[in-house]
Amino acid sequence: MQTKTSKSALFPYVLWIALFVIAPIALVVYYSLLDLHGNFTLDNYKAFFTSVYLKMTLSSFWYAFLITFFTLLISYPTAYFLTKTKHKQLWLLLIIIPSWINLLLKTYAFIGIFGLYGPINAFIEVFGFDPQQMLFTDLSFVFVSVYIFIPFMILPIFNSLDRLNPTLIYAARDLGASAITTFRRVVLPLTLDGVKSGIQVVFIPALSLFMITRLIAGNRVITLGTAIEQQFLVTQNWGMGSTIAVFLILFMVIIMLITGQKDKGGRVR
Amino acid sequence: MKQLIQATIAILVVSALLMYAANAMSAGGGKSGKNTLTIFNWGEYIDPDLLKQFEKETGIHVVYETFDSNEAMMTKIQQGGTAYDIAVPSEYMIEKMKEEDLLIPLDKTKIPNIKNIDPYFLDLPFDDNNKYSVPYFWGTVGIVYNPSLVGDLDFSSWEDLWDSSLKRKVFLVDGAREVIGMGLNSLGYSLNSLNDDELREATDKLITLAPNVKAIIGDEITPLMINNEAAVALTWSGQAADMMYENEELDFAVPEEGSNLWFDNMVIPKTSKNMEGAHAFINFMLDADSAATNADYVGYSTPNIAAMDLMDEEVVTDERYYPSEQQRDTLEVYKNLGPDYLGKYNELFLEFKMSIR
Amino acid sequence: MTKLSTSAKVYLAMVFIVLYAPILYLVFYSFNSGGSMNNFESFTLEHYKAVFEDSRLLVILINTVIVALLSALISTIIGTLGAIGIVTVKDAKMRNTLLSLNNVLIVSPDVIIGASFLILFTMVGIKLGFASVLLAHVAFSVPIVVLMVLPKLLEMNKSLIDAALDLGATKKDIMMRVILPYIQPGIFAGFFLALTYSLDDFAVTFFVTGNGFSTLSVEIYSMARAGISLTVNAISGLVFFVTVFVVIGYYFITSRASKRTEGQQ
Repeated sequence: MQTKTSKSALFPYVLWIALFVIAPIALVVYYSLLDLHGNFTLDNYKAFFTSVYLKMTLSSFWYAFLITFFTLLISYPTAYFLTKTKHKQLWLLLIIIPSWINLLLKTYAFIGIFGLYGPINAFIEVFGFDPQQMLFTDLSFVFVSVYIFIPFMILPIFNSLDRLNPTLIYAARDLGASAITTFRRVVLPLTLDGVKSGIQVVFIPALSLFMITRLIAGNRVITLGTAIEQQFLVTQNWGMGSTIAVFLILFMVIIMLITGQKDKGGRVR
Repeated sequence: MKQLIQATIAILVVSALLMYAANAMSAGGGKSGKNTLTIFNWGEYIDPDLLKQFEKETGIHVVYETFDSNEAMMTKIQQGGTAYDIAVPSEYMIEKMKEEDLLIPLDKTKIPNIKNIDPYFLDLPFDDNNKYSVPYFWGTVGIVYNPSLVGDLDFSSWEDLWDSSLKRKVFLVDGAREVIGMGLNSLGYSLNSLNDDELREATDKLITLAPNVKAIIGDEITPLMINNEAAVALTWSGQAADMMYENEELDFAVPEEGSNLWFDNMVIPKTSKNMEGAHAFINFMLDADSAATNADYVGYSTPNIAAMDLMDEEVVTDERYYPSEQQRDTLEVYKNLGPDYLGKYNELFLEFKMSIR
Repeated sequence: MTKLSTSAKVYLAMVFIVLYAPILYLVFYSFNSGGSMNNFESFTLEHYKAVFEDSRLLVILINTVIVALLSALISTIIGTLGAIGIVTVKDAKMRNTLLSLNNVLIVSPDVIIGASFLILFTMVGIKLGFASVLLAHVAFSVPIVVLMVLPKLLEMNKSLIDAALDLGATKKDIMMRVILPYIQPGIFAGFFLALTYSLDDFAVTFFVTGNGFSTLSVEIYSMARAGISLTVNAISGLVFFVTVFVVIGYYFITSRASKRTEGQQ
């Protein structure tokens, strides 16, 4: 009996998918079948299976994994502590506000901060250590990426922790469960949906990161996103760029299948 | 629920107020379609006072839009949708835009000030007889370095980059043409080479440079060099001028084996709806006074001889920015490689990038 | 409520310091009389003065905010409805397909989204400018809203709705009084992250804008070649402080107001 309202709720969303998702996919697939002279070919797909692109795919996945892992590692406790603060909604907003300042400007700031003569090295030198090369390393790359993604991970986790019934935790503790067991058996399973959603909104875009691969990693990290950017804007080989994009979309679908909800049917009828 | 509705109303009210404010602020310009001139240029690449002066002199309202790469700009012009009247592409992009039939020939009778341009910079291979374009700024590709950090290297030769004392001290600019071109030049080949063997040899030579390379970066090379993050950088003379302005220790050299000579040029794209205004604007920018003011503001080298007479003597005689004709003869302008070889250059550049780990 | 331990407070403080460090760095240099974000020379307010003299930049700033607010609002509405629709789909395969389609725009690099939207808009004949930018921002913000609302819907207790139905609630009642209030935190999260997407976007906006309409991001990125002027730092600093001020002010006004109403009840 609920189906009618739900279907009409879905309408604008399906319209959005049709216009802004299906159309671009069709375009991307079409371009991926064209060579530099506009002839139909499968060469781009062949080219993807050369060592250069496979290496790039691996490194994209590796960095996306590292970024997601550290983002989760930092965000979960942050979200957990935030739910226990007095003005938690306000603090949560204050986590998001920095992400509203232009990313290029913040990246330039990071270049200054991490620089050989920047504040961090100045601090290190106070303790008598030599200045460290921090820019153009994996460390600075992952650090800045995590910085970018933190709000995207904290929000869904915060939301799922926030409604967690505290009595559940008291009950578990009363029954003699240790803090760790309580967390593992009670808190974590109940916040799993939030964590999953956080992982999705970090891992998937992290696969196609660009810009900071150049600004912070000095092209020492090359991802599929960088390659697409180059193919579109420098080589103007839209065919190859689109082919890489097709593979990115495929990878994303696979990730969705792995992390997808396995239970049957929605709980909201 | 009440909160959701309140928030929605608040957003709508704030947006409406802001729209009102924006309208009130831009109302001064008057949006009468005919007397508007839309300029498409790099950000911070013109003295804004000149735009105001032009508006005052001609009564034309100027809309100024910006882009961050030649290729992105071309895509926009190709697709249309906006009536760009003036664009400022680099020389290799002009060849491409000509091929794609995106440019309108200039009416020279409406641009008498073209006489101010150094004849050396007119009638170049990318645009015979300046049928479509007039040079705006020009420059070279060379090496910025901090003499106190590189011993007695003076970079009169590209070979100096391979010096073993420069381990992880070199920045390269993130451009396939620039880097592969440097490899080709260092071997005495043309930077427009279409010879596969030469390209292979250049790439192999570049790969031996990998241990010296600290990073391959884009425009952020300017703040990094100013902060002495690296001792040496391969970059364009215009950016080098910016760096040297902020960090007086730095110096700039164009190696003797030869290098690239580049131009940014004013053109009228086929999207133009105000050709009269566009010609007037080009002529205005070629006027000695405005060109001098603009060169002072932007800091790049001007091709305008009449303007050079009005500028600071020290600047226009500095051979790092204004190389002598003899030096200029070693320089080559990029030719359009065609899609196949452009792809090849980028492939080789990617191979080089992947060797840096 | 358990109190936060000192170590938890230290941890949170560290997170906040890192999050705000680059912004404070930017703001610091907005007072630099030198021309760039290196070598602090001496204190000056000239860049702030420049902001208020540059009416073009101010209009661009206002446009940026309008697009961000409206696109976030519209995409939140579409995305929330979409999420509600998705959970009602019984077929697991169908649901996964919808979710995969949902995420296509998240995984696609901006140039691809930008270029394909540009082709789409010029084909349909939408005039490039405010409308096309707004549409594009709505389009790429919808998926993030769906992903924020979805977990709240999934954890919602079915018995809640059954109970409401038993009590004779209509479908509209259930939507308004049960579902929406429950998923409200997810909706707000989606809205705020949509704001982030919109404010940060450069590539898509660049491709679909035109006719004199521009946003702050487009301006800043295109300045990179010739050097980003400190006026941009100043304007960002101003926006930042105004935002923080408004957020804190709004929070305390509403929380006091809601306390008062609670007290009356």
